[in-house]
Amino acid sequence: MPNTKTVVPFQGTAEQEQALRDIIGEHKGRPGAVMPALQKAQEVYGYLPEEVLISLAEGLDVSLSELYGVVSFYTQFSVNPKGKYQVAVCMGTACYVKSAADILARVESKLGCKAGSVTPDGRFSVEATRCIGACGLAPVITVGEDVYGRLAPEEVSGILDKYLT
Amino acid sequence: MEIVRSHILVCAGTGCHASNSDEIVEALQKHIETEKMDKEVRVIKTGCFGLCALGPVVVVYPEGAFYSRVTPEDAGEIVREHIVKGRIVTRLLYQETVQEEGVSSLSETPFYKKQFRVALRNCGVIDPENIDEYIAFDGYSALGRALTEQTPQEIIDIISKSGLRGRGGAGFPTGRKWQFAAAAQGDVKYVVCNADEGDPGAFMDRSVLEGDPHSVVEAMTIAGYAIGAHEGYLYVRAEYPIAVKRLEIAIRQAREYGFLGKGIFGTGFDFDLIIRLGAGAFVCGEETALLASIEGRRGEPRPRPPFPAVKGLFAKPTLLNNVETYANIPWILQNGWEEFTKIGTEKSKGTKVFALGGKIHNTGLVEVPMGTTLREVVEEIGGGCPGGKAFKAAQTGGPSGGCIPAEHLDIPIEYETLMSIGSMMGSGGLIVMDEDNCMVDIARYFLDFTVDESCGKCAPCRIGTRRLYQLLEKITGGGGTPEDLDTLEVLCKHISENSLCGLGQTAPNPVLSTLRYFRDEYEAHVRDKKCPARVCKDLLQYKITDACIGCTACARVCPTDAITGKVKELHVIDQAKCIKCGACEEKCKFKAIIKE
Repeated sequence: MPNTKTVVPFQGTAEQEQALRDIIGEHKGRPGAVMPALQKAQEVYGYLPEEVLISLAEGLDVSLSELYGVVSFYTQFSVNPKGKYQVAVCMGTACYVKSAADILARVESKLGCKAGSVTPDGRFSVEATRCIGACGLAPVITVGEDVYGRLAPEEVSGILDKYLT
Repeated sequence: MEIVRSHILVCAGTGCHASNSDEIVEALQKHIETEKMDKEVRVIKTGCFGLCALGPVVVVYPEGAFYSRVTPEDAGEIVREHIVKGRIVTRLLYQETVQEEGVSSLSETPFYKKQFRVALRNCGVIDPENIDEYIAFDGYSALGRALTEQTPQEIIDIISKSGLRGRGGAGFPTGRKWQFAAAAQGDVKYVVCNADEGDPGAFMDRSVLEGDPHSVVEAMTIAGYAIGAHEGYLYVRAEYPIAVKRLEIAIRQAREYGFLGKGIFGTGFDFDLIIRLGAGAFVCGEETALLASIEGRRGEPRPRPPFPAVKGLFAKPTLLNNVETYANIPWILQNGWEEFTKIGTEKSKGTKVFALGGKIHNTGLVEVPMGTTLREVVEEIGGGCPGGKAFKAAQTGGPSGGCIPAEHLDIPIEYETLMSIGSMMGSGGLIVMDEDNCMVDIARYFLDFTVDESCGKCAPCRIGTRRLYQLLEKITGGGGTPEDLDTLEVLCKHISENSLCGLGQTAPNPVLSTLRYFRDEYEAHVRDKKCPARVCKDLLQYKITDACIGCTACARVCPTDAITGKVKELHVIDQAKCIKCGACEEKCKFKAIIKE
């Protein structure tokens, strides 16, 4: 398994730490609390830094290895920070049969960043996602909250330009 | 009560939402206020209408005018012309509904005519965020009657007699499942809803949750009463934020109205629901993995028995059904099991919702009686493949299912018939493929998915799917041999026989079904080193034909400078440099660049 430990230094704020303590307080001792606690912690920090996982493990009274086992199992948990703009190319079947692979290739070459990674300046991260369920709009990409559907590969460049400037 | 003369229904399902239906609602409301008609006209956000291909969709009642591909800029015209002057805006109408004598009913269009809505009965009809609208359509009446007039056993008997089978894919009789859970010994039991719709290309459950969340809340509460549980969990994909939000609203409203919580309907029955979010693991759609995930562990399946009905969530007896199955329950209890058995075929009763996608005109959500043929769904309701392309295959069952070729299009949709031709009902994704899709590449695509989503617990699935994928990569990459096809078959057999859970057991289906029906394509890849559909890049070359006039556009757009040639002379592609990106083909105005 590749080493997915982040190279980005931890930069948590006091407010985030307080929010984390609240999450621990709310979930401690509840059955099946691990997943919701991780999800809320990721909402606070945007990802799950090692420091946060250690606090959660101690607070929820589970071992760090068990917690890491859960984090690494689910694709939505990330131990790496995401880019300011998260570009997601849907690779669901409906999109795939409508040339989603071409679209992904164009996104990657335009941003110089492979799926699953972040640009060095931290502005963009690219992901090839599972079906986002907007099959009626296939093929689809999302940039943050914005959705672009019924795309032709040649439109990719123009869409990304909006975020590059 | 105030009298409202017109209702404007705006689809707020994920598809239309993504196309700015929120802004359309705002614009409509603004224009209605400008015209000072806000007392007479109401704008309502509904669930999915089904015809996602034409989204965003707006329907105006009482006329029933079905406007498609509406933009926020069109809102003013709809209000000024249709609402104020009573003149329907013909240019925005769904063309199938435009008749010489006016607007025809939506239910008469080819898309809707053959549909019968049970699970989707309220989608696109009511405001999913308003419990009163659900109640106005007889919502919660089945729960009320169940708690006050029926015994748990009577309810289970009705479900059993209805012949309802699990809509999550495998088709286990729902009544039997309920009976097992009711019979299980235990002071604490759970009701769980599987809303972890992971099949790529499937969005039936999402649409039910977005369009009619109360039907699931009601059904789970009835299930709690029937089996003797007081707590339920809804396990929803985190990728469905709108569905989660509407479920939260529905649960809150149901608690306020006394349909959830302590002493429901003034009886002594207590029941409440908790929402749990998934975190992106396909295997969590498998029931034991889903339960592990709710418990906060890695979503790894375990061997059965014991079945969840005996030992499930937190080791207690647990009833687990999928969203669409639950959505059928209130309808059956309201209308009687006899009515339900009148729909469908002998072994498969009722209806099935399909998410139509891929190379098809009317992408969207359809609900048809069991026994409808695939041809009716693909050609009549779906409108066939766009661009005059030839239909090649319909894929059902997602990564667990198979590709059904044109020769089998006339089979009726039933659990057993689909199995007999090497596919499966699955949760209801139906992806259409045309002549431009390579079936070997499709098999490779699905194996890429299962390799990624295999949880890794058992070796046949973890190692077997990867070896399958590598073989398919070799074939699509041009390195395959005829012997590889035999190896594929042997490997498929071992994986399906020896894997622990449904994911591994069904993972070979996409390979087996394409090998069965499209063996010639595999053979073209391994023998002739050609991809007949011109998809597999390693097996095709871009060439410039005599149609080239030497405009140099291709040479300028080529990212690797693989194209050379003088102005007004035939250009040539250096195959060693070409990366097959297709940019030249796109740029050429003279169709002089071909793939072969």
